[in-house]
Amino acid sequence: MTAVPVQPGPRRLREMSGKVGWGIVAWVVGIAFFLPVLWMVITAFKPESAAQTWPPKFVFSPTLSEFRLVFSGMGPFLTHSVVATVGSTILVVLLGVPAAYALSVHPVKHWRDGLFFFISTKMLPIVAAIGPLYVIALKAHLLDSIWLLIILYTAMNLPLAIWMIRSFMLEVPKELLEAARLDGAGRIREINGVILPIISPGLVSTALICVIFAWNELFLALNLTVTNAATMPMFLISSVPQEGLYLAHLSAAATVASIPVILVGWIAQRSLVRGLSMGAIK
Amino acid sequence: MTVLEDLAPPPKVDVQPTAASRREQWQRRLPLLPALIYTIVVTQIPFVVTLWYSFQSYFWNTTAAAHFNGLSNYKTVFTNPAFRSSLVRSVVMTATAVIVAMILGVAFAVLLDRKFLGRGVVRTLIITPFLVMPAAAALVWAGPMLDPNFGLLNYLLEPFGVHHVAWLSVHALGSVIVVMIWQWTPFMTLIILAGLQSQPSDTLEAAKVDGAGAFATFRELTLPHLRPYIELGILLGSIYLVNVFDAVRLMTNGGPGTATTNLPFYLFQQVNNAFDIGGAAATGVVTVILTIIVATFALRMFARVFQFEGA
Repeated sequence: MTAVPVQPGPRRLREMSGKVGWGIVAWVVGIAFFLPVLWMVITAFKPESAAQTWPPKFVFSPTLSEFRLVFSGMGPFLTHSVVATVGSTILVVLLGVPAAYALSVHPVKHWRDGLFFFISTKMLPIVAAIGPLYVIALKAHLLDSIWLLIILYTAMNLPLAIWMIRSFMLEVPKELLEAARLDGAGRIREINGVILPIISPGLVSTALICVIFAWNELFLALNLTVTNAATMPMFLISSVPQEGLYLAHLSAAATVASIPVILVGWIAQRSLVRGLSMGAIK
Repeated sequence: MTVLEDLAPPPKVDVQPTAASRREQWQRRLPLLPALIYTIVVTQIPFVVTLWYSFQSYFWNTTAAAHFNGLSNYKTVFTNPAFRSSLVRSVVMTATAVIVAMILGVAFAVLLDRKFLGRGVVRTLIITPFLVMPAAAALVWAGPMLDPNFGLLNYLLEPFGVHHVAWLSVHALGSVIVVMIWQWTPFMTLIILAGLQSQPSDTLEAAKVDGAGAFATFRELTLPHLRPYIELGILLGSIYLVNVFDAVRLMTNGGPGTATTNLPFYLFQQVNNAFDIGGAAATGVVTVILTIIVATFALRMFARVFQFEGA
């Protein structure tokens, strides 16, 4: 038998150039879409006078002065954001793991109704209750308190977390659970010894999704906090002055406020889809 | 025949709930209770209080005590054109943003589904807008991007005959919707990409062998396969986008006039500018009722969509 030499025929060539062509299109689209983020970061390194020019400056001597200004002012806001985000995420996991367990591994009778109750609370517009929420917070002495944000962010993320954790628990092999039961493991040992070790990557990505939503939340913080619990989005708003040049300062503040979640999202890219679809897409 | 034996009525079993089975049921319920009670308390009580205040005259900037005024708040809601126009605007903003984001999402996903140099990097670039803090996105678009005198967009569009357009005054609604689309296209892209990657490659191969063109294959095979993913994306996108507040508050503050006032912003104004807790509560109750009507359909769709992954 003679080997047929594989000539790159015209068809193959066309396919290859097509591949490269689509790759270029994808790159152009990606960069265009990323451009506002890039422009934000570029502007953040400008001195204020170079940020407001026509035509916009692309060559300038970069400075860290706006970042320095941002860092010096954001201390309390950052602390509040971290406390509200981490606190609510811990609470979500503590409440969500047992609930997801009761809706998957040893399901309660009406587990379907339970699942849909949780998701239906995500559809209720919280804005509709903002006035009364304000009054309740006022009377409970929770206004402008970080506890209030922790409580509300937990309720905001819990449905999502339950759906997501449940989808991970459903993937735990039945044989492992059987084996544990034959060994005489109770419910607690079943969760701690068998389920949690298997779903721990899933728990981490659930927590990351909760962190993203809590960190970025503005509406509740704006309405229910003033100074003692004001978070990073509110710091951002305060960085826009009534008058004077501010674009570089704003960009620096926006960059600093966004960076944590951007990094978290980049790291958690793989599990982002699953989290955002609440476990529907694996 | 064994088959016939199987059809015989099962031996009678005592189905009286024993103490043991009742204990078993409680053991199953127990882990659910903390989350259930928490969610009921935190998410339902505010709405009950909203219902309560919706029948009262209550202005929180005065010392006058709240008092019942019957249905007068509701009368205001239904006669005030501001409510209706903000409702319509909410629907327009949400529908436009979700549909355009979905179309772009499908296009981007198809691009990202191909192999090319640096695919991971491009994917990362495309998902980033979703991760930018919405308040930051709104302010950066309003300032460095769309500023009439110094903005990047006017500079990039200058060769096309666009000169110093004041986007946020002239095209306020469009600008806000663009930012919503920019932030939510990555979400749609990720969901559709997952759909594309779950498509069995052998059917695609078979279509190719049969001589089907790329476009025909996409329309006849890929789109039907993507349908549940598209539905899921639209559903979840709508849930989040209908509540958009940050972009409206920080880019246009609802203006000019009421050109960008959607329902969330209208409610915000009622509480913060008009100090009208009663009026806002009545608006809220009507909003919730409308939401429940829509959500009933949405939940049914949800149940259907989730079956495709065997949940």
